[in-house]
Amino acid sequence: MYGDTSIQKPIEIAEPTSEEQARLEVIFQQKIDDNIKIEPQEWMPDAYRKTLVRQMSQHAHSEVIGMQPEGNWITRAPSLRRKVILLAKIQDEGGHGLYIYSSAETLGTSRAEMIEQLQTGKAKYSSIFNYPALSWADMGTIGWLVDGAAITNQVALSRCSYGPYSRAMIRICKEESFHQRQGYELLLTLSRGSDEQKELLQESVNRFWWPSLMMFGPNDSDSPHSAQSMKWKIKRKSNDQLRQEFVDATVPQADFLGITLPDPDLKWNEESGHYDYGEIDWEEFGNVIHGNGPCNKQRIANHIKAHEDGAWVREAAAAYAEKQQNKQVA
Amino acid sequence: MADLSKKDALVQYAAQIGDNGLIIGHRMSEWCFRAPTIEMEMALMNSALDLIGQARELYSYAATAQGEGKTEDDFAYLRDEQDFRNALLTEVPNGDWGDTIVRLFLMSVYNKLFFSALADSKDAELAAIGAKSLKEVTYHLRFSSEWMIRLGDGTSESHNRVQKSVDNLWVYTGELFTMTDAENLLLKDGISVDVAALKADWNQNIAQVFEQATLTVPADGWAQLGGKADGVHTEHFGYIIADMQYMQRRYPGCEW
Ligand SMILES: [Fe+2]
Ligand SMILES: [Fe+2]
Ligand SMILES: [Fe+2]
Repeated sequence: MYGDTSIQKPIEIAEPTSEEQARLEVIFQQKIDDNIKIEPQEWMPDAYRKTLVRQMSQHAHSEVIGMQPEGNWITRAPSLRRKVILLAKIQDEGGHGLYIYSSAETLGTSRAEMIEQLQTGKAKYSSIFNYPALSWADMGTIGWLVDGAAITNQVALSRCSYGPYSRAMIRICKEESFHQRQGYELLLTLSRGSDEQKELLQESVNRFWWPSLMMFGPNDSDSPHSAQSMKWKIKRKSNDQLRQEFVDATVPQADFLGITLPDPDLKWNEESGHYDYGEIDWEEFGNVIHGNGPCNKQRIANHIKAHEDGAWVREAAAAYAEKQQNKQVA
Repeated sequence: MADLSKKDALVQYAAQIGDNGLIIGHRMSEWCFRAPTIEMEMALMNSALDLIGQARELYSYAATAQGEGKTEDDFAYLRDEQDFRNALLTEVPNGDWGDTIVRLFLMSVYNKLFFSALADSKDAELAAIGAKSLKEVTYHLRFSSEWMIRLGDGTSESHNRVQKSVDNLWVYTGELFTMTDAENLLLKDGISVDVAALKADWNQNIAQVFEQATLTVPADGWAQLGGKADGVHTEHFGYIIADMQYMQRRYPGCEW
């Protein structure tokens, strides 16, 4: 869902209102077809801009809300080394959020507006972060599966047509791969540990496997308006393509951990050269997207509380900055 | 205490400095996803990383000096509450952003003086840790001083709130300048820092920032002691330990 907004109402594409506009649209599409990046100051169709703002703000919100489940374990990390790794990882995610918010701001929507949309429920974030982080093993599973799924998406997005977003993805992907390796390494340690540690590992993967697959969004047959995003190269691969890439890359890693993935239909298909996997519970997906996941209310309530508790601080900073400004003028 | 060996004193000393870093770092890490802006949150998390990093180096050194094959994690995870010798100032709850900034500021003024003195320790390892930590705490001091000034000289609400934070936390500052037996013993060999001697500079540095922040320095009155000398903590401390040590206590002897 980092790169898929098809669960929301499609943004309407207006017919060109003048010959001049029709001409601009042709030039615009030509650039995209020629793989020339679109930069902020250039002309772009209104719906392209809106689609990007929606997708990028959703991505930024995901980075920020994603700090909550992991933040739930900082104080309980079982070693100082792991504590520091986790802290640094969460900090990276905050950095990703900031970076994507500023890339999105190049399209004319302020961070304050985007945050307002998040808090009022108008903007979404990745459904995965509405699942709770219940055990220490989740800190490894999130790195391995959630960052792993995010990378699959973001590698594709690093070739997207909008320059600032594409560049943000290139930079962020390097850190995400690092997170994924660290997460996997945490799980590897559990897999070589005591029986109880192995149980922690298996139990965590059981909870996160299906929600990770849901991160790629609905089946292609159920996301009819992705076609326009593909044409604009905002989306470079379909949801099902990305999901398949992720499954193919992940199953051998699960084998190496000595765990089972909770899908009886999961098996290698010699003919297609891919893993087949079972049907995703789309009802659960729909529920989580529409506010009924285990943590939806908590995540947004936390965000709003931090925002409101901090109001007097932001006001003080603004008042102080203004005083300094006035002193300089005087 | 008369027969405290130099070795034991060194172990206690390194661990005690580490305790300050770990516990204040722990408190700051509790700000994750709770700060007024992402930028502010990241600055706090950054400082938490530095402070916990300092604790790791100091615990590792304590473990080496002790020579019983222990690790940094034994110090963090397998000691009991009364074994921790952090100053009480580092453990009191975060409160609001103002309380957190005031605590970080009071501690950072101290840390800067402390680590620059420790950088001259006759113990090469402690001197190296002191020099490295000095760079980090200098940044914490700058960050927290800027916020002291913004809050103190921001709105009347922020001024009143931060003054109240200062007034509430002041009682814990006296402990920073008390000397333990280990510190007194190591001082003779030029290994430990004479923290009692840092008080005058500390007062002066505090007063400078407070003036810019239009804040009032409280009078030195009653100083609450306990953590540093005796491991007698506040009621809040047990919860830090319960949280922090939960995994190690629940699953003893595991690699993580
Ligand atoms: Fe990220
Ligand atoms: Fe991401
Ligand atoms: Fe990540």
